[in-house]
Amino acid sequence: MTLVMRRLERLIGFVLLVGVLLSAATVLLGGVLFLWRHGSTPVHYRIFRGEPSDLRTLLGVWGDVMKGSGRGIIQVGLILLVAVQLVRVLLTGILFLLSRDKTFVVITTVVLGLLTYALFYAGR
Amino acid sequence: MATWLFLLLVALGSCAAGAVGALTGMGGGIIIVPMLVLLFHVEMHYAAGASLVAVIATSSGAAAAYLSEGYTNLRVGMFLQLPCIAGGVCGALLAAILPVPLLFTVFGFVLLFSGYLSFRRKEEAERERPSDRLAVRLRLESSYPTVSGWRAYKVYRVLPSFVLMGVAGLLSGLLGIGSGAVNVLSMDQIMRLPYKVSTTTSNFMVGITAAASAGVYLNNGFIDPGLTMPIMLGVFGGSVAGARILMFVNPRPLRILFSAVVLLMAVEMIYKGVTR
Repeated sequence: MTLVMRRLERLIGFVLLVGVLLSAATVLLGGVLFLWRHGSTPVHYRIFRGEPSDLRTLLGVWGDVMKGSGRGIIQVGLILLVAVQLVRVLLTGILFLLSRDKTFVVITTVVLGLLTYALFYAGR
Repeated sequence: MATWLFLLLVALGSCAAGAVGALTGMGGGIIIVPMLVLLFHVEMHYAAGASLVAVIATSSGAAAAYLSEGYTNLRVGMFLQLPCIAGGVCGALLAAILPVPLLFTVFGFVLLFSGYLSFRRKEEAERERPSDRLAVRLRLESSYPTVSGWRAYKVYRVLPSFVLMGVAGLLSGLLGIGSGAVNVLSMDQIMRLPYKVSTTTSNFMVGITAAASAGVYLNNGFIDPGLTMPIMLGVFGGSVAGARILMFVNPRPLRILFSAVVLLMAVEMIYKGVTR
């Protein structure tokens, strides 16, 4: 394995680590805000109602964050965590691209396509 | 019960689930969903959605550490990722339409099977016959670090493993569990990769598959931020602690205890699924 690829592998590890820590910090911040305001209300997780539409889309979540909503900030942390996986696949694809491995570039592209489809289109 | 107290208890339970998941090598996801459903009476879709997020967090944290060690086989990982992620998307879409009692029953049987696998695992002598033709063509063979230097390994039965991975992804998305146990079975027992290569490569894949499923869950409104917060942080923290503890204790008695707990949860999930 060449030095460049070794470095790229390290970079993937680094991106994952920073991503997960950043996400956890965001979730924690939002969580503190959420509990500060709604901590004493009774629980409601027994019955499934589905989340309101603003927590399902990027624009909606951003609107909530601008209003200073704790739940909105947690959701940003969660979306960040999911987005980091997209970067993980992308960087692995670049690694295959650098080693001029056509079959694996194609495989990674399909995986990336499926992941993008799942994140942005599936299930609406 | 007040939300803060409920979420504090969930955080403690998640922490324990994460630690046990790391100690037994099954991952936290498979314990966290039955715990939420049976003990905390959380609705199934919310439980699965929160568990998926926790699985992504633990996979990312562990992969960051593993990648620099040189065990992870990215070629095997990305090749098997193909059926796994496709299954993960299908499973997540199915979770939205299948009746909840059916999900409980399936979960019970997956639990039984996983418990059996974690109990049965045994080391076997490596074989010396050449790799699959497909494995050679895809250049899946690699080497891994041992105390006496880098050691090459061969790869067998690529296609059966490929198919099984689709099932693993499907179950992961359907139940929100992350499918680590089936992944390792597929790579360790069928492809005959070294155990450490199987677990690290499985870990690499689990996060990506769970992310695809979580995307669908998010779009469907199955991920509640308030509930997910203590679960993600708890499981992540617990698994980091569990990995540390693993260096000092013998996991064998823990596996036996764990198998008993899994059996109990499995019976209760199936009972709940059949009687509702």
